[in-house]
Amino acid sequence: MTLHIDIPEETLGSILAKAFRNRSFLIGFAITVLVAAMAVISYVWTPYDVTKLVISDKNLAPSSAHWFGTDHFGRDILSMIMVGARNSIAVALVAVGIGMGIGVPLGAFAAARGGLFDEALMRLNDLVFAFPALLSAIMITAIFGPGAINAIIAIGIFNIPVFARVARAGALAIWPREFILAARAAGKSKTQITIEHVLPNIATMLLVQGTIQFALAILAEAGLSYVGLGAQPPMPSWGRMLFDAQTRMVVAPWMAIFPGMAIVVSVLGLNLLGDGIADILDPKSRRQR
Amino acid sequence: MTAYLLKRLAIAIATLILASMVVFAVLEILPGDPARLMLGLNASAEQVELLRNQMGLNAPLVLRYLNWVGGLLSLDFGRSYTYSVPVIDLVRERMAVSLPLALIALALSTIIAIPVGLYSASRRGRAGDSIAMGAAQLGVAIPNFWFALMLIYLFAVWLRLVPAGGFPGWSAGVWPALKSLLLPAVALALPQAAILARVARSALIEVLNEDYIRTARAKGLPYRAVLWRHALRNAMIPVLTILGLQFAFLLAGTIIIENVFYLPGLGRLVFQAITQRDLIVVESIVMLLVVAVIAVNLVVDISYAIVDPRLRHRQ
Repeated sequence: MTLHIDIPEETLGSILAKAFRNRSFLIGFAITVLVAAMAVISYVWTPYDVTKLVISDKNLAPSSAHWFGTDHFGRDILSMIMVGARNSIAVALVAVGIGMGIGVPLGAFAAARGGLFDEALMRLNDLVFAFPALLSAIMITAIFGPGAINAIIAIGIFNIPVFARVARAGALAIWPREFILAARAAGKSKTQITIEHVLPNIATMLLVQGTIQFALAILAEAGLSYVGLGAQPPMPSWGRMLFDAQTRMVVAPWMAIFPGMAIVVSVLGLNLLGDGIADILDPKSRRQR
Repeated sequence: MTAYLLKRLAIAIATLILASMVVFAVLEILPGDPARLMLGLNASAEQVELLRNQMGLNAPLVLRYLNWVGGLLSLDFGRSYTYSVPVIDLVRERMAVSLPLALIALALSTIIAIPVGLYSASRRGRAGDSIAMGAAQLGVAIPNFWFALMLIYLFAVWLRLVPAGGFPGWSAGVWPALKSLLLPAVALALPQAAILARVARSALIEVLNEDYIRTARAKGLPYRAVLWRHALRNAMIPVLTILGLQFAFLLAGTIIIENVFYLPGLGRLVFQAITQRDLIVVESIVMLLVVAVIAVNLVVDISYAIVDPRLRHRQ
């Protein structure tokens, strides 16, 4: 797939060259790959088995045997963080996928059609935005039962209007351009133009928004798991680990410190990656930095 | 101008009506019979039926909706199933914790973010800016409940300066009450401040590139005066938008933080009500928060139109 960018002289090579000079992108990319790799490796190898409870090893402080210490069941925290990464990534990926998959077509279509459809969509957007996202996610998971799937749906729903809005705003800026006029003169339909010309031109914008939403979804999932509404034990999740840690802060502070750092580092990495991509692919945004 | 305001108002009211329908509908399909829940498992079918009639649960759907909306408008939210007291009393009592908490957090976040934004914008690209924005980037990534745990560990467990949780109530005196709100407020404020500082910085940088800033400098005004008098004022619009959103967020966003600190606030109330299926409490509080969000957005929109004449004519 080739990426169509506003400026024709940008080649893949020049973009890569810019990427290598961009600090945000490099750090963000490295962290994101690291977190993803951690999740993948956890399928084949973890330092310890996270399903095995070793009560004699409970609440051990970080040491060379257990880098991040052990929890109240004697499970290795590092291993749990590795397995927990799967959960965070899966939930965020699907939730953002739902948001993009539904939101982008809606937004792009609204921009192409205008009129009543556009107005109705925007009002619907206002409606969703009027509900505090976290509270509503808690309500949804409480109603339909706690678990990773319902957490995905709850987070996904609130991603739809975000992408609809971004796609619509981006598409509206593309429609008055001359090359669209040319395409219309050539007899292409609005749907064709949207797919062939508008979407490729707002792809960067959507990608950047996607990384931001991914980071937010990880935070939201951690919050839901923390109040017991996300992934259920024995599946390790970062939010759940923090919940378990809360009452044991005095005896085992490492139970809280390391899972939290895993969240911070992942979110930081994604945000840096998003900033970096915006910098590299969108020259307009550089003016602000 | 009037047309714009009327349109905004109409949209706000329409959103409100739709939202009330959604809230009502969602709780309508929620599994679990409140009458059965109140009476317990041993109650007979007749007893449950009797209570259902008493509570008006058997009335037609539309009638129940209108009743509920009518009640909301006259601030009569009904009685909580689990607490057996009027919901409005519960809300009032819990607001005494959540509102001060949200306001302190908002004030803290503003006090931190605006100077940082000003500092960074005026030193754009230099080391100070990079450090400040790096810190902001980190602040955005920190989940507030984890930050809360770390604060508890540091200040309550280790240094023993403040209580680790709980709320003595305002009757115990202003200082003890404020002291127990301090850590939660900091935990809420810091991630918000990080977002706000980034917004303030980019808004300021945008404004600093404007011609009138150059004119102000050219006529001999010192940089500091230009920054505070001209730039900051013009950069306030995006900053105010975020502040408005953050206030609404803070009111609802205290849910998790209130659970971390065992604070008897609105968030904890609604969380417990959800798990106990206390529908009336849940719908009332969700509606209140929705009203708050819509009202804040409306006020922000209207103040734009007043502050910035260009926006008035665009719509």
